[in-house]
Amino acid sequence: MSNGILVFIEHRNGVLNRTSLEALAGAQLLGSALQESITAVVLGSDVAALAQEIASYDLAKVINATNANLADYTPDGYTDAMEHVVKQLDPQLVLMPHTYLVRDFAPKLAARFGKSLISDCIRAEVAEGSTTFTRRIFLGKLDADVVSDGEAPVFATFQSGAYRPDQAQKGSGAAVEEMTVEVGEIRMTPEDPFQEVKQAVDLSKADIIVAVGRGIKSKDNLALAEKLAEALGADLAASRPICDAEWLPIDRQIGSSGQTVAPKLYVALGISGAIQHLVGMKNSGTIVAINKDPEAPIFDIADYGIVGDLFEAVPVLTEEIKKIKAGA
Amino acid sequence: MKIIVLMKQVANKDAILRINKEATWIEEADLSFEVSESDGYALEEALRVKEKLGGEVVVCSMGPQRVKSVIKDALARGADRAIHVVGDNLGHLSPYATASALADAIRDEKPDLILTGLQSDDYGYGQTGVILAELLGLPHATIVIEVDASGEKLRVKRELESGWYQWYSMATPALLTIQSGISQIRYATLKGIMAAKKKEVKEVTPAAEIVGRPSHQRISKVYLPQKSKQTQLLGNGDAKAGAVELAQKLHTEARVI
Repeated sequence: MSNGILVFIEHRNGVLNRTSLEALAGAQLLGSALQESITAVVLGSDVAALAQEIASYDLAKVINATNANLADYTPDGYTDAMEHVVKQLDPQLVLMPHTYLVRDFAPKLAARFGKSLISDCIRAEVAEGSTTFTRRIFLGKLDADVVSDGEAPVFATFQSGAYRPDQAQKGSGAAVEEMTVEVGEIRMTPEDPFQEVKQAVDLSKADIIVAVGRGIKSKDNLALAEKLAEALGADLAASRPICDAEWLPIDRQIGSSGQTVAPKLYVALGISGAIQHLVGMKNSGTIVAINKDPEAPIFDIADYGIVGDLFEAVPVLTEEIKKIKAGA
Repeated sequence: MKIIVLMKQVANKDAILRINKEATWIEEADLSFEVSESDGYALEEALRVKEKLGGEVVVCSMGPQRVKSVIKDALARGADRAIHVVGDNLGHLSPYATASALADAIRDEKPDLILTGLQSDDYGYGQTGVILAELLGLPHATIVIEVDASGEKLRVKRELESGWYQWYSMATPALLTIQSGISQIRYATLKGIMAAKKKEVKEVTPAAEIVGRPSHQRISKVYLPQKSKQTQLLGNGDAKAGAVELAQKLHTEARVI
C-alpha cells in the first residue's frame, strides 16, 4: 500500500535551489491535509551536508541517495536514481519544483511508471481526502483543475511562486537515511555551466522599467517605447518574443530565461503576460499594463490598466509625464 | 541525416478563448489555429541542420484534418514529407498517451534526430518530447538553443535558469526539445508553396488501445484565473483618456513619478 509524500530537493554542487523549499512547503500543507508523512530526497555523489540542512525542516526523514555518477546532473542519472528511490518508498505523491532541471528529467521518470506528470501546478487543494491540482493553460489565459484518477504514485511539479520558501516549516531534526542507488549507463556528457559574458545590462537595479511585448508589432515602433522610457527615466526591457526577433538584445529580456526584476514602477506595453514573463517581474512595486486584449493575463497582476491601443495611449502618456515632470 | 520534427497545432495566440458548456475545455468551433511557437523553431533548426549536412526532414503532426494546414506550411518551408497521425479528440490525450501514439507512428522511420518545441502553447505540459525519447530508448536534451550536429557526437547548448547555459554532447539518434528564438524562422516562398503540393503526406491512425486507455490526469474544470490584484482600469475604452488619467494616478496616487 502506497503511502507518504516524497519531495525532490534540487541543488547545484550541494547548494540548495530555493524553489525546492517552495515544493517542500507545498508538500507540508498537502501532508497535513492528507495525513501523510513527508520524505525529502537529495541526489548526488556527496551531498551529506545538504541532506543535514534539509533535515532541519519538519519532515519524517531525508534520503541521501548517492552514486558516483550523480556528481553532475544528467537526465539519465537522475531518472535512474529517482526511479530507484520511488520504488523503494512507494509514495502516494511525488512532488518537485518546476525548474528547468526537473522539466528535463521528471517526464522521463513518470514515463517509467507508465504515466505523465501533473506539471507546473500553481496550487493544490485537498477535499474529502482527494487532491485537486491547478495548472495554468493557454499561456496563462485560463486555469484548469486537474485530478488524478490513476494508481499511486502521482507525480506533480509546482511552479515557482506557488508557495513561498519561508512557508517551509522547520522541525525538530529529521533522520537522514543513506541510500546507495543504482544508476545505469549515462548517455550524455555535460560540460561546465557558464554565463554569457555579453550580459551588459543589469536591469535588477532599475527603478523604473518600460517593457515591450509582441503588441509593439515592429522594430520601428520601439521608438515609441524609447520616448516613454526617456520621459520616465526608465530602462527599456522586453518579453521573450521581442528578443527572439532580435528587436532588442537578449540582455534586455525579462522572465524565467532572462532577468528577474522588481522596480518601483513596471510599465508593460503590449505584453500579454505569459507565465514565463510574469515570474520575472511580478514583484515589481506598481505595475501598469497597456494591452488591447482585456483577457490578457498581465491585467491579473497590474495595479493600473488601459485596455486599448498602445499606439494611441503611449504618445499621450509620454506627453503627460513630461508635463508633470516639468511642473514638479 | 534523417530528422523528424514534431509540430502541434494550437489555438491562435490572439484568439479570444471561450470556455465550453461543461467547463472542461474551450469551444473549438470557429477558433483559428496556428503552429505552437517553439515547434516552428524546431522545424527551422531541422531545416538548417539539413542544409549543412544533407538528409531529409520529415514533419509529424497529430490531430484532426485541420492539422493539415500546419503540415502544408511546414512542407512549404522546406520539409520533405509528412506523417499525419489522424484522429478527433487526440488533443485530450495525456502526454504519455500522445508520446505513445507518436512513437508508434515514427518508430520504423529510424530517424537520427527528433526535434520538437519545448512545450505547447495550449496545455503547456512540456513532457511529450521527453517521454517519447524514453519510449524510443533515445537520449534527450531539453530547452536547447544551439545545435551542432557536424561532429561525431551531437553537441547541444541548453538553457538553464537566470542566464546560465550548458553544453551537452551525446550520440545520435537523440531527441531535442527546442527553445523559441534559436534562430530566425524563414518564410515559405511561392516556389516552396508550389512544391509542397507534390510532397507525400502519409496518414496513420493511433492504436485504439492508446486512445482508449484511461488517463492518469483529468481536467475537472476550466475557468478564468482568479485575480491576485484589483486592477484599476482607466479610460473606459478610450486609450488616450486612459493615458491622461494614468499619468495623474502615477503622480498623485502611486507617487512613482
